[in-house]
Amino acid sequence: MPGRKLIMNFEVTPTSHTLEAYRARGGYQTLEKALAMEPADITKEVTASGLLGHGGAAFPVGRKWGVMKPNPGEIHYLCANADEGEPGTFKDRWILENAPHLLVESMLITSYALGVRHAFVYIRGEFDLPYRRIQGAIDEAYAAGLLGRPQANGFTLDIVVYRGAGSYVCGEASGLITSIEGRKPYPRNRPPRLTVRGLFQKPTVINNVESLANITGIIRMGAEEFRKVGTPKSPGTQLISISGHIAKPGVYEVEYGYPWAKFLDEDCGGMLHGAKMKCVVPGGISTKVLTRAEIEPLNLSHESVNPAGSGLGSGGMIAIAEGTCMVRFLQVLLRFYHHESCGQCTPCREGMGWMHKIIDRIVAGKGVPEDIERLYAISHANDGTTICGMGDAAGYATVGILNKYRDEFEYFIQNKRSKFDGRLECLA
Amino acid sequence: MKHLIPEFEKMKERFPAGFEPSLVLPCLHRIQKDRGYVADEDIDGLVAYLGVPRIQVEEVLSYYTMLRREGIGRTHLQICRNIACSMRGAEGVIDHACKRLGVKPGGTTADGKFTLSTVECLGSCGTAPVMMVNDAYHENLTLAELDRLIGELVVEERAGEKK
Ligand SMILES: Cc1cc2nc3c(=O)[nH]c(=O)nc-3n(C[C@H](O)[C@H](O)[C@H](O)COP(=O)(O)O)c2cc1C
Ligand code: SF4
Ligand code: FES
Repeated sequence: MPGRKLIMNFEVTPTSHTLEAYRARGGYQTLEKALAMEPADITKEVTASGLLGHGGAAFPVGRKWGVMKPNPGEIHYLCANADEGEPGTFKDRWILENAPHLLVESMLITSYALGVRHAFVYIRGEFDLPYRRIQGAIDEAYAAGLLGRPQANGFTLDIVVYRGAGSYVCGEASGLITSIEGRKPYPRNRPPRLTVRGLFQKPTVINNVESLANITGIIRMGAEEFRKVGTPKSPGTQLISISGHIAKPGVYEVEYGYPWAKFLDEDCGGMLHGAKMKCVVPGGISTKVLTRAEIEPLNLSHESVNPAGSGLGSGGMIAIAEGTCMVRFLQVLLRFYHHESCGQCTPCREGMGWMHKIIDRIVAGKGVPEDIERLYAISHANDGTTICGMGDAAGYATVGILNKYRDEFEYFIQNKRSKFDGRLECLA
Repeated sequence: MKHLIPEFEKMKERFPAGFEPSLVLPCLHRIQKDRGYVADEDIDGLVAYLGVPRIQVEEVLSYYTMLRREGIGRTHLQICRNIACSMRGAEGVIDHACKRLGVKPGGTTADGKFTLSTVECLGSCGTAPVMMVNDAYHENLTLAELDRLIGELVVEERAGEKK
């Protein structure tokens, strides 16, 4: 087992997601404790816990909350980001399906801390069971008087579940807000920060589902106890959803600091069909791939993975076996980015289109040697010139693969065929 | 669309005051569930009901991939083509489904029974390859399972026709 658990710490049964089962595990007792605290002290505790966001950027949650400085009588909003669109990522789904009340309790505590009267769960439109589970939990919480009614100290919260309709940029915090405003989900330029001017121009905190799910534990245990889990720079745990050519894909809760190779070889059962590992996408396709040799000395913490030039991102890990064609791999990623570009920024809209065309051309055996430099040039031109992080992310992913597997691209262009057999699958 | 207004009113109650424009997307979802797509008259109705500019409804409709302006087959098969699924055989599954149904991705069978689409990551990569049959996920899909599912759906359709 990859360390201690803070979220996946109960047995999943057909009824473990219900209010009754959650209460039997001590559910909603932390809410009582929180409501007896001063709101500002909750934010202080969360800041002291060192909790880092789990949506991809690992931004300190307490620091984001600190910007909001709730003023009594003013309107503030909270949104839980359940868009889970980063390819390779499927861990928020675990929380929504199995621990929806943990999210509801955490949103109650967070809203109390931040002076929020109305909160939202933004969930991707394709999610069916996760939607029914979180909506079911919210309905149960309403029926039990936890939502929609004043609590002992007068605090009241309503939660609306808002369903997306199939768009990756809705996961980007400002795109999410524009989507809830009932418009096409164009991300917005910052500043102003969303904590200053967010949903309908009111201060808004947006946190990932997993980030929020940690709040209840932090208030229950206290920041000091929470920090005993994980490492000093990466406190707590991270849900890692692993897929690709791995023997035991799935969602694992990993205590920060756990050895990476051990996680893959032992906890995840090693590679599929006993294949050799070529490389790993650490945390969603927008993080740079690391080769097996590179990860060997690393552990699963931000301070270990970031200096290697990548990041744990959204926890969407993809294991890739020897023999996988990285040209075809990049083709799938670029097709995705092109498809999902919202089209607002020229470098992203045009750049994604060009990159997609170039890689398609290479795969069709019509690539020219300059194509490699063109992919680099477009990636660099996107970096920092777009409104949201997607432009940069696509560039990082591309450069990450080109840097390490340039020979495969050169081979493909020269020989008009894959250095391997163009396979993405790992055969037995 | 008019018969859905009582439901829309209920939805509205859950939102804070002043959030009428936010109802555009949930209303369109509901209309599509009812009719299978969003028709011109639905847009007219929604514009009148919510008091939002028509362009806003049109933009939302044209932006999101899950919203449609035209009907599709009675069963919608959506196969993920993103990386984790492709690494677990999605490309073969898509080819097989195309052959079996005699359509290309995006196409509808001549009898109107099936529409086949490819989609991006469904957030189910650990159980790849994944296909949605209408609202439901089918995970760890194999070619045999795909054949079985399509076969079953065809039988269900026939039973439905007899009734
Ligand atoms: C293109 C794009 C897509 C994103 N998709 C998601 C997503 O699906 N879920 C998520 O939690 N964060 C996503 N993010 C990150 C959010 O913008 C935001 O940083 C995050 O929700 C903040 O939560 P956290 O601080 O708790 O991590 C995305 C960012 C970008 C640029
Ligand atoms: S970077 Fe791309 S996805 Fe993001 S706002 Fe610009 S065009 Fe849209
Ligand atoms: S890649 Fe298919 S579900 Fe994620």
